[in-house]
Amino acid sequence: MYPWLPFEWIAATRFLREGRMQSLLIIVGVGVGVSVIVFMSALLSGLQSNLVRRTLSSQAHVVILPPEEVARPQRDSTLGPILQKQAQRLRSIDQWQKLRGRLAEMPEIAAVSPIASGPAFAVRGNANKSVTLIGIEPDNYNRIIALDEKMVAGRLRLNAGETVIGIELAKDLGASVGDKLRINSSNGTTDTLTITGLFDLGNKGVNARNVYVGLRSAQTLLDLVGGVSSIDLGLRDMYAADAIALRIARETGLQADSWIKTNAQFFTALTSQKISSNVIRFFIGLSVAFGIASVLVVSVVQRSKEIGILRAMGATRGQMLRTFLIQGGIVGLLGSVLGSSLAWVFLALWRALALNPDGTPMFMITVEPELFAISAAGATLVGIFSALIPARRAASLDPVVAIRG
Amino acid sequence: MAEAKFDGPVLELEDIHKSYATGSEVETEVLHGINLRLQRGEFAALIGPSGSGKSTLLNLIGLLDRPSSGRLLIDGQETGSLDDGALTRLRGRSIGFVFQHHHLIPAFTALENVMMPLLVERGRPDDEMRQRAAKLLDQVGLTAQANHQANQMSGGQQQRVAIARALTMQPSLVLADEPTGNLDTKSADSVFALMREVNVSQQTTFLIVTHDPRLAARCDRIIELVDGTIVSDHVAEVRKQEMPQQHPD
Repeated sequence: MYPWLPFEWIAATRFLREGRMQSLLIIVGVGVGVSVIVFMSALLSGLQSNLVRRTLSSQAHVVILPPEEVARPQRDSTLGPILQKQAQRLRSIDQWQKLRGRLAEMPEIAAVSPIASGPAFAVRGNANKSVTLIGIEPDNYNRIIALDEKMVAGRLRLNAGETVIGIELAKDLGASVGDKLRINSSNGTTDTLTITGLFDLGNKGVNARNVYVGLRSAQTLLDLVGGVSSIDLGLRDMYAADAIALRIARETGLQADSWIKTNAQFFTALTSQKISSNVIRFFIGLSVAFGIASVLVVSVVQRSKEIGILRAMGATRGQMLRTFLIQGGIVGLLGSVLGSSLAWVFLALWRALALNPDGTPMFMITVEPELFAISAAGATLVGIFSALIPARRAASLDPVVAIRG
Repeated sequence: MAEAKFDGPVLELEDIHKSYATGSEVETEVLHGINLRLQRGEFAALIGPSGSGKSTLLNLIGLLDRPSSGRLLIDGQETGSLDDGALTRLRGRSIGFVFQHHHLIPAFTALENVMMPLLVERGRPDDEMRQRAAKLLDQVGLTAQANHQANQMSGGQQQRVAIARALTMQPSLVLADEPTGNLDTKSADSVFALMREVNVSQQTTFLIVTHDPRLAARCDRIIELVDGTIVSDHVAEVRKQEMPQQHPD
């Protein structure tokens, strides 16, 4: 008996220790539940961050575009002419420098990168490829898409007359670093550029299509001098993209597309995966709670005499209540420690066994220590919560009945 | 508990009635106006056939249950107006229980069982209560068994521990429900002798419910309850002087 422990703790630990088999079984039960939750959470967050990273490797969180051009009839009439939707031409965002300044001041936004982008042809010898010409400010763009980290040959240098292209396009054109490439834009402007680097953004289409040049070169080629066709934004919280895009659209009258909207299906898949895992977690938690509750209910029945004696000796209802709540908490905590260790083993096995055919891991799982802390706290709370019913039973036990019974 | 104890009767019952609701409308009265007084240092037996209301009366006196009407005073304190918590505290301090099945808490050792009433009152264990418990165990002759669990002791030993536990709070009144009912004659005799010794040396009042006429005959006072009424109550004056004075505190 440790002098610093209050009566309730002493009684709770003694009762648990005395009911050896019972306590052990329920702790293992809680442990299995917690291990599944921890393992699943780690796996899922690894999978999701991996998927999101791949998806966002060539996309900004939010893209701001000029508003769509709409044909307005001069006479407003229901009998008026049939309106045909206008074909969209390449336009600049009005006063984009001003807008850029304002965006940069918004605390939610981590990076702002103006872009002049449009269709063009890349010509080399007889090869003629349709490409997307993208004029960027490399430093700002890197903060959103990390192009510099994706370079596989040469390096990202976009001075006047320089370009970097994807590895697919390089293959199609038979070009490599140091070679010249002619760009014909759709309005007839032509420029010859030197390839300074090749990138691999992890997406074949993007690697075959994107041609990066300096912002100024693109402006000239696309006949957008001084203008930008879009502004890419990197956010601090990428899941807030929808809300922020909406706000920007409302405040500026421009079109703002979030990656969530652009990848609606992917995001729906992600969300439903999250929901289904939460449902599974909830039900595991529920069954753990029922397990703890049922064991403690049995324990209260088994100990009703002892509870009666303790009450006769002057133990209060509150003391009995707390004794059983503490037992629930201890079972939850010990179970979560066991469960976290089990999950750790599962994750190690997963890392060793779930490999691509070439031996590299299928995806990286990073286990945050918080996950263990959260599961321990959660299991303890679930334990205390599920002990409520048995504890209240113990507290309301009539000592007369308990002692006689 | 060195403070001056109340001088009047340890227990006072005035016209105690107790009824139970047996159906939705019907109430069965188990006790019909009990009047009883126990003075400090009395050693009384409560006898009566099964169903006479002995257990009910004992539960009322032990503050485990409340009477339907009448006044119940412990150490001169009126109990009818006390709430549940206050009743629990009064019970813890003033009344010790010894049960037929001794009811030690098996998860705790003999010493810890004896400490228990102080532990639940004070909330945390301390050296003083440990020493007091050790002294009580010594008094009941079980120092060697201090660290034994209940299942490691004989019935007689367990009952001695239970008596030590009943004395931990130095209660004014010890209620014993068939304390020797479960024991062989030899153990029963030693348990009875122990209670007697405590009674004499510490002036602790005992009320012993028993079926055993042999045991009842050795008490100073015999209260007989039949059908919820006290039918006889006599005092044997001789006995008290016979007992030797031991362990004056």
